[in-house]
Amino acid sequence: MEKRGSIDSLGSKESSSRQPSVDSLSSTSTSRSDRSTHAAKTPYAMSSDNVSTSTEFSPELRGRPKAVAKVLRDSNKEEPQLLPKESVQDMAKDVTYICPYIGALRGTLTVTNYRLFFKCMDREPAFVLDLPLGVVSRVEKIGGASSRGEVSYGLVCKDIRNLRFAHKQMEDSLRKSIFEILMKFAFPVSNGLPTFAFEYGQVYPENGWKVYDAQAEYKRQGLPNESWRITKVNDHYELCDTYPSTLVVPVNIPDEELKRVAAFRAKGRIPVLSWIHPESQATVTRCSQPMVGVNGKRSKDDEKYLQAIMDANAQSHKLFIFDARPSVNAAANKMKGGGYESEDAYQNAELVFLDIHNIHVMRESLRKLKEVVYPNIEESHWLSNLESTHWLEHIKLILAGALRIADKVESGKTSVVVHCSDGWDRTAQLTSLAMMMLDGHYRTIRGFQVLLEKEWLSFGHRFQLRIGHGDKNHTDADRSPVFLQFIDCVWQITRQFPAAFEFNEYFLVTILDHLYSCLFGTFMCNSEQQRVKEELPKKTVSLWAYINSQLEEFTNPLYVNYSNHVLFPVVSMRHLELWVGYYIRWNPRMRPQEPVHQRYKELLAKRAELQKRVEKLQRDVTNRSASSERAGSPTRSITPVQTFV
Amino acid sequence: MLSSLGSAGGKSTKPSFVSYVTPEEIKSEKEHSRKEKHPDLLPGEVVFCSASTVLKYTQDDLSQRGVFGALLCTNFRVSFVSDEAPAEEMGQLFKNKLYGENDIPLSCVDNIYGGYEDKKKLLTGGLMKNKYPSKIIIHCKDLRVFQFSLTFSKEEDAKKIFQGIIHHCLEPKSLRCLFAFSYCENTSYPEMQRKKQTVMFDSVEDWTQDMKRTKGNCRLVSENRSFELSPKLPQFFIVPANVSDEDLTKYQGKGLPMWCWSHHSGCALFKTASLPLLPEDNVPQTHMEKMLTAVAHNHLYSVKTEDLSETLPTVQDIQLSYNKFKQFFLIDNTTEFWMSDMKWFSSLDNCGWLDIIRQCLQKAVEVVECLEKENTNVLIMEEGGSDLCCVVSSLVQLMLDPYYRTLLGFQSLVQKEWVVGGHAFLDRSNHLHLKDKVESQSPVFLLFLECVWQLQQQHGPAFQFSETYLTVLSDSVHVPVFTTFLFNNDSHRDSILKAESPHTQRGPLNCPTVWDWSVQFDCKAQDLFTNPLYAEKPKQDKSVRKSHRPKHLRQLSLPSSAFKTPPKKGFFKDEADSLKKILRVKRISRWMLSPSDSPQTSSSAREFYEAWQAKPLDYHGLLLPCLDGPSIRVWMQRYLRWIHDVQILGGGPVAVLSKVSEILGEVQELQRELDRHGCTLASNHKGARPRAKTAAEIASRSSVRLSSSFPFVTSRNWSFKPAIPTSLLQSLMVTGIAGNLADRADDGDDLQSMV
Repeated sequence: MEKRGSIDSLGSKESSSRQPSVDSLSSTSTSRSDRSTHAAKTPYAMSSDNVSTSTEFSPELRGRPKAVAKVLRDSNKEEPQLLPKESVQDMAKDVTYICPYIGALRGTLTVTNYRLFFKCMDREPAFVLDLPLGVVSRVEKIGGASSRGEVSYGLVCKDIRNLRFAHKQMEDSLRKSIFEILMKFAFPVSNGLPTFAFEYGQVYPENGWKVYDAQAEYKRQGLPNESWRITKVNDHYELCDTYPSTLVVPVNIPDEELKRVAAFRAKGRIPVLSWIHPESQATVTRCSQPMVGVNGKRSKDDEKYLQAIMDANAQSHKLFIFDARPSVNAAANKMKGGGYESEDAYQNAELVFLDIHNIHVMRESLRKLKEVVYPNIEESHWLSNLESTHWLEHIKLILAGALRIADKVESGKTSVVVHCSDGWDRTAQLTSLAMMMLDGHYRTIRGFQVLLEKEWLSFGHRFQLRIGHGDKNHTDADRSPVFLQFIDCVWQITRQFPAAFEFNEYFLVTILDHLYSCLFGTFMCNSEQQRVKEELPKKTVSLWAYINSQLEEFTNPLYVNYSNHVLFPVVSMRHLELWVGYYIRWNPRMRPQEPVHQRYKELLAKRAELQKRVEKLQRDVTNRSASSERAGSPTRSITPVQTFV
Repeated sequence: MLSSLGSAGGKSTKPSFVSYVTPEEIKSEKEHSRKEKHPDLLPGEVVFCSASTVLKYTQDDLSQRGVFGALLCTNFRVSFVSDEAPAEEMGQLFKNKLYGENDIPLSCVDNIYGGYEDKKKLLTGGLMKNKYPSKIIIHCKDLRVFQFSLTFSKEEDAKKIFQGIIHHCLEPKSLRCLFAFSYCENTSYPEMQRKKQTVMFDSVEDWTQDMKRTKGNCRLVSENRSFELSPKLPQFFIVPANVSDEDLTKYQGKGLPMWCWSHHSGCALFKTASLPLLPEDNVPQTHMEKMLTAVAHNHLYSVKTEDLSETLPTVQDIQLSYNKFKQFFLIDNTTEFWMSDMKWFSSLDNCGWLDIIRQCLQKAVEVVECLEKENTNVLIMEEGGSDLCCVVSSLVQLMLDPYYRTLLGFQSLVQKEWVVGGHAFLDRSNHLHLKDKVESQSPVFLLFLECVWQLQQQHGPAFQFSETYLTVLSDSVHVPVFTTFLFNNDSHRDSILKAESPHTQRGPLNCPTVWDWSVQFDCKAQDLFTNPLYAEKPKQDKSVRKSHRPKHLRQLSLPSSAFKTPPKKGFFKDEADSLKKILRVKRISRWMLSPSDSPQTSSSAREFYEAWQAKPLDYHGLLLPCLDGPSIRVWMQRYLRWIHDVQILGGGPVAVLSKVSEILGEVQELQRELDRHGCTLASNHKGARPRAKTAAEIASRSSVRLSSSFPFVTSRNWSFKPAIPTSLLQSLMVTGIAGNLADRADDGDDLQSMV
């Protein structure tokens, strides 16, 4: 799908009235009016390498909801339209942006407390590069001052691109270079500044922080019931500080025992219910690894607890424990006090390793992938190069793991326990993917938001650490594209079941863009506890507020609600493909197309039009028969209509 | 069932459960109810031999289970007739009338393997008088795989059927033995019916019409009506206006530029079988120069030539590559499949098939650039002039001319460029298993369909025909019933059909062409040939519309300077003299070289693509394919349709198509309703389209039940269990590369925080 970073006013009433928007993604796509189906109103243009073809639809519309019509004409300005509370920090003329696709472009660079904005007016239409500073992972000065007195800067971005600028060395050596300013605002956390999310004050019709209500979600699943209860034991995050306050546990395990189980699970992350099958009562439960250690420690409480989980499902006398790790790694964890459940200790439980690698392997894989796809694709041996990154192999393993979990729960009617080491990376991937396969609710837009809020955010996937928001330490070993992988897996499933999801590709891309943008509070912090402490719901805007304010942009027109249907994707490499619309979106040659959706929307419009006409005719007919003396053809108004096929 | 994966908690892996039914049980059970079973034989079909109690393995599940039945070999097919009551045929929307799911037309057999205990041996025919393997594995050209066990049959029967199948599928035979001849003698097809649909290019009118349509200005040659000029040339063809009568008779038509298509600017595409240019012999050279001059005279005295045999893979390369490629899809068992899954991308890369597709498309884009941007005449050539020339010339026309993207237009294109154009279908498919033709076997036509599929994938709404249509067409090449694919050229077809006619006085044998789809499919099934996404050219207002539709599209997709400044391309200009001089000096100007030879040309092609991409896309104008790595893909429907483990139940493209069909049906329904209301104006009834109903019907078959292999396999007898990889690659892949990374703990602070 086309990713449009169009920029008119944010979420305001005016914006939903579909003002012409800026296509800031690729240099060419605006010209293809037939493909530019939707102009999404993103709060920023995440895209680079933009040549807005029409100067009229320039990005200057941003942040001026009340003045859209006025600014429309005003496109010759070199600085961006600002968001509420956004302010220009520095501006430099005669900066060269070395675009890997177009070549060197000279223009004006603006840095605000939120974005980097480059505009080259020499071209017709003007070239615009507009990205939130949160996307920047690293800024490096490349080489010393050249003979022409130019300094070159390279920006490594988290969204699979690198940007390169050059500009004249400051004559006034006291004055800071614009790139130093940029670094200050790109890494606010390292510089003792708040991230922009805490300043951004846009008001949306809906409070996105209210999208997820744990009680309501469990109620939807039919919980509590005779086997499962909701416990308040973690109300103040005392049992486990990386877990949410609301937990669902077996009914016959009192809180006191939960504490003893917590002592045996890494970081106190005890097995808790994530999802329950509405018919079979088989459950998906998640936790961290047991603290078995080299000596093979056992915990009677933990054993009893898992037995209780199994007993809660009368359909099966077995429990499957899925350990996401390769068995070698799981065993190696014993050296550090961790490990896995021995089948001697846990009777009726079967342990399966899913062979998914750790965050470091994934990070390395993505690094290689970036090399292969950015800026240009090597003509020869594309597939071999792709294979050598192992990215899709990892995707396959994660999907295969989730598929096995879903299969056990659905076909085997067996409850499953899922964990990795800490239970916040691979475990989150597996449970959320399996739940998405099992439960159609999570395939709707709002349901997906709930799924993310629940399995990822409330259960403590460490977004702050994994993404490194506002942190200049780009080599931090805690960074890893775990969440990106999950979204990639979701995309793969949507490819296989194009009509089973309410959301479209643009929705997924938008989530990933705002994973880095630091515009919304959604992906800030590492746990629910921290979010509460930082008062994120009060001080920041949720991404869902923005998304839900313009659902049409994110809706898959082909969606068929087969919510009761379980999806079993095919996890063969034959059906996996690289997500071109995300990883290669900066390459103008690879501009993805979405003719099917486009065509479908046309048909929907056509149907609506025809329906209207038929209704009108029917009205006319009734009217005429009512006053039949009057002669007149009701068909007068019919003009030849385009027909299809 | 799932065999436990790799490292299942230290437990030893269990072998997958195998459920055998003992032969004794079967026999006693089936004996009483068994009677000779035959498939419904086609007219002219004769059973050669048969054996009962043959076990056909079903690959659908991981077990070695199967179905008992009779295996027959006829002059048309190898057929398996199940002892079990035929399954409800309600799901069989897409039934082929000539052969069923358990039939293999003899020409469709690709390879036969004998299964001896654990070994699998390729059988080549002509061997083994008295021995027969316990298992026959048949790989089909449409990628189906059959496994039959002969262990439960009577020895005599088993021997007979085995030898029969080997003989009729693998041994050399004469053309006369192909089923088409006995079939056609026993059926009659009204010729007029097909004539109305597809332009066959077997008459002066067809060619004249096509030249008129494209506003070509060349000379129609009808002197070869009875192949007096050359048996290699079609009965009718078009050459540049400047070619003389005398030129026509030289070198058996080699070097003669055959007109393919005229661009609206006046320049045209020609193809020819290249003349061997020997350094010591000046005569063919002079002839070639003369021919080039004639081509150049067609428009603005400019011509570019391209020898495809120098820049594209040879037919042998194509065959080799495809042989490797197809192996990925001829799956004998699930384990093998999942094993190969690990190295899927690099295997795909190494076989080079996708790269050959890319090269052909690339070449076509280069030719398009010459015609569209530079308005230069183009002459493509190769030895024989009827393989890659056909591929490239048809692709060029598909990209430039929206008429060929309609169903009938496409069929006409295949007639023009391939059937009449003299592609040696018989030799290239080696239906006759002639030993001396093994070398010439090559899936060139399939390669073309692959390229079309790529274009269609990238620009769906531009094509009136569907992916299913292409798949079926690729299968039909191996159904020896249609005259379309049985011959090497026009004169071959003519002579055989005349000679084989049983009633010579009543004219040649009348066989169906493949375009008569009713021979294979009923109307409902044929509906799946049309693409619901096709964006029909919007009909303009009657007042504006001047001429009717199948006219060549005139609108320009690219701004061409040639239009503003007519005498373009300085170097040939007006003087024919200087042209001749240049030609004499530089025999043939080769302008297109492989990218490695000349990076300049490839970057120009890139620019051409990018310039095109920058313009609004017009589905009824010029279409160019994106050729970058991820854009060239595997034709999933054709290659994966029979492999159970990769069927996406409830998903796949059909999920979208059915949704679109549904809404399309509603639109048409409303349209009809409008028309009904407007009926007072009479005759305005054209909106009643028969297709709408079936489209809606397809949609109403809840897409949840359909799978990605729709319409080729119905999921009725499939379990709804997911296919789980049987051999996940443990740390195998990563240990080598990422080494210590894999061993590291997930978090930097792990050591401290974990007690």
